[in-house]
Amino acid sequence: MTGTITISLHLNGEAVTATLPARMSLVDFLRETMGLTGAHVGCAHGVCGACTVRVDGAAVRGCLMLAAQADGATVDTIEGLTDTGAIADLQDAFHRHNAVQCGYCSPGMLITAADLLDRATLPDRAEIRDHISGNYCRCTGYQAIVDAISEVATARTKGAA
Amino acid sequence: MTLGKPLPHDSAPLHVTGQARYVDDIPLPAHALHLAFGKATIAKGRVTAIDLDPVRAAPGVVMVLGPADLPGDCDTSPSAHDEPLLSDQVHFHGQPLFLVVADSHLAARRAATIARVTYETETPILTIEDALAANARFEDGPRIWTRGDVAAALAAAPHHLEGRIEMGGQEHFYLEGQAALALPGEGGEVHVIASTQHPTEVQHKVAHALHVPMHKVRVECRRMGGGFGGKESQGNALAIACAVVAAQTGRPAKMRYDRDDDMILTGKRHDFRIDYRAGFDATGRLTAVDFIHYTRCGWSQDLSLPVADRAMLHADNAYFLPAVRIESHRLRTNMASATAFRGFGGPQGVLGIERVLDHVAHHLGLDPLAVRRANYYDGPAPSGPGTGARYGGPHSPSSPARNTTPYGQTVTGFALHDMTDALAQSADYAARRAAIRDWNADQPILKRGIALTPVKFGISFTLTHLNQAGALVHVYQDGSIHLNHGGTEMGQGLNQKVAQVAADAFGVGIDAVQITATDTAKVPNTSATAASSGSDLNGMAVLAACDTIRGRIAACLAELHQCAPDQVRFADGHVKAGGADMSFAEAALTAYQNRVSLSATGFYKTPDISWDRIKGQGKPFYYFAYGAAVTEVVIDTLTGENRLLRADILHDSGASLNPALDIGQVEGGYVQGAGWLTMEELVWDDAGRLRTHAPATYKIPATSDTPPVFNVALWDRANPEATVRRSKAVGEPPFMLGISALMAISDALAQACPGVYPALDAPATPERVLMTLRRMRAG
Repeated sequence: MTGTITISLHLNGEAVTATLPARMSLVDFLRETMGLTGAHVGCAHGVCGACTVRVDGAAVRGCLMLAAQADGATVDTIEGLTDTGAIADLQDAFHRHNAVQCGYCSPGMLITAADLLDRATLPDRAEIRDHISGNYCRCTGYQAIVDAISEVATARTKGAA
Repeated sequence: MTLGKPLPHDSAPLHVTGQARYVDDIPLPAHALHLAFGKATIAKGRVTAIDLDPVRAAPGVVMVLGPADLPGDCDTSPSAHDEPLLSDQVHFHGQPLFLVVADSHLAARRAATIARVTYETETPILTIEDALAANARFEDGPRIWTRGDVAAALAAAPHHLEGRIEMGGQEHFYLEGQAALALPGEGGEVHVIASTQHPTEVQHKVAHALHVPMHKVRVECRRMGGGFGGKESQGNALAIACAVVAAQTGRPAKMRYDRDDDMILTGKRHDFRIDYRAGFDATGRLTAVDFIHYTRCGWSQDLSLPVADRAMLHADNAYFLPAVRIESHRLRTNMASATAFRGFGGPQGVLGIERVLDHVAHHLGLDPLAVRRANYYDGPAPSGPGTGARYGGPHSPSSPARNTTPYGQTVTGFALHDMTDALAQSADYAARRAAIRDWNADQPILKRGIALTPVKFGISFTLTHLNQAGALVHVYQDGSIHLNHGGTEMGQGLNQKVAQVAADAFGVGIDAVQITATDTAKVPNTSATAASSGSDLNGMAVLAACDTIRGRIAACLAELHQCAPDQVRFADGHVKAGGADMSFAEAALTAYQNRVSLSATGFYKTPDISWDRIKGQGKPFYYFAYGAAVTEVVIDTLTGENRLLRADILHDSGASLNPALDIGQVEGGYVQGAGWLTMEELVWDDAGRLRTHAPATYKIPATSDTPPVFNVALWDRANPEATVRRSKAVGEPPFMLGISALMAISDALAQACPGVYPALDAPATPERVLMTLRRMRAG
């Protein structure tokens, strides 16, 4: 229970090596050890999605993955994705569409949404609704979130054409 | 002009980049301590022996406090002083018995589970029947409000029916759990940073716990990750615990509940049972209604009395009840203490009368909308040339006015006649209702249903003295503005709306206004941000402060430029006085150099309200907010599953301060209300343990649960009352629009088994829909 482990990972584009409790979750490592508090702990059960981060390109629940499992991985958080500008269009759309209220779910929601936009051809509203249904928002009723994602999906498709 | 513009949330750029800080995101000073409660594992009884040695010996534990180690009872209650922070008397499963102080959050939580506790157990009071049998209640008996001779009116009515509806409670499920941080200061001061809707109450309770004056305690809240009423009183315990530990150790102390603890420890929406008897005519117009409300309040009083009062105050919803009796039982049970939740009892009261009208319509074979409309309060009387009416004249030929609530307040500005017309048309209600009936006739398994329900919601705290607010505004010599007020930000966009009021008052852009954290050291003696009152109260207080400063600047410039003060104009970032035209920044600098104070407080109290809650008479509300929704659903009669197919909403936000934020409140409120009534189910077992204490077992709406077709519009008409820029409160009223979802499921069920009234309880989970159908088919 008190054992420690040393891990090396690429975190937001930088090589990081850290020694931490073997049982520490990825989200606790990011928040408490690395000071990256954009990913939030909403339920610690893997249900609400507020802790979603990107691991090796995939959206992952930071509360269900041990930090130890990220050894050798590439991990991106909302802070890193903000710095690179990779999801600037999506962030801007969330802002303009008022797809945030309390904002607690927003970083996780954005990473889940970015996951869809990275992999799909132009998703329709039904696909968007389905894809983000693992991320809870208690404030907005989701309409503005779907609007924002839909707009970015359309814009990106047009930009690529 | 920034007022009325659909500006996004002021913190959105921070929210979407992860920079917005919540309590748990604040970097801690060195040596910070982390707290967790050790919780009772029985629902009622007392602790006869407790061995805390294993807890003290656990890794990372710094100290453990029991009730005797506290400076006093450290009461956490917002009302009746009946909630000691720690206790050896157990009143609900989860009651905090001891407090673990450790060097990490996980160390505290782990240690909190390993005490050896021996109890003397008693049989808990859990059900309404248990509580009535034991006469376990708050107040000496039921509150009863009556108008007219209800028994006689019921006896004389051409038609009668009676029934019962049970509606569950609701977990707030704010995404950010309860959290607080206390930083010890010098000379006995303590600075508390808390996720709270009520910083002043936290200040008051912390000062009480530490036996210090309130001036020793400063409470700050920049934002919450959702509140919904759940952070009105339920954060007190954490803040007090942190402050006590900080005072005892001289070290910073932080506490947050993990989700399971949060759901076990904190109160929820009150569940209700409502029994009703109604008398009515052949058109469905009610002549008399008798309601009995039963609500389980949990172990302590908390806010249950005003919640139950508000349920009574909304027993009429939008309908004139000629003779009415409302009896309300506030029952004491061995459960977490039910608390404020968006609507504050209003939704439960509204659902009672909506159920009655649904039942009446089914009984008479009428469209429920026609029955609802037949019972609406009178709209504003037509008057003036061409209307054929002389308003108020002694010779006007008219039927008696139907515009007085059961509690004696006259309903003015009743907007629902026009709003219902507009919504029924935009949603194509009549044609869709007919088409649904045709569709259902050909479908053996799936059945659709549709319903339109209105809401009329009273705006003001029913405890009249709470209807006050303060603000503090500074204008700096560079023309930038520092804004502070007593309201708290929980996602609703209050700060942005209030900043728009301030920017408008000075004729500057929104970027000139800096929003700052709610802080008891800046604005004292505030009320909770609750009762939908945030913009109404704080907007007016800010406007008063801005008007004071603007008046001083105007007087200064008028003298310098030889004009009357009221001829000084503030617009488009400029100030014009006499022949001079300068930027607002130049005006501010000029005023400063002329030794004019550019800082002011503002204060507001709601006019024209008074209320006697024992008699149930008066004018508790400054005005009413209105809304209406049409929901279409489909149910599967083999599995009980249901889906919301489409929702159309028209909601009254007065002359909206910010339509984008208001629409966000309407959409979110509807979904939360529909969640309450269709899926969110709290289950306690026979031992009083909450079995649904995590999202794995308690389901709130996800995106896929919302209607794929969702049309929302604002009824953008100026508030007849003199509210801030004629806007209306919008936080709670849309929650009750979700009632249309339950009534649509009732409609679908009624068509699945013609001739039998569904008498559907809430939440209408698949299980309950299926059980209801079986009962209906069994006759």
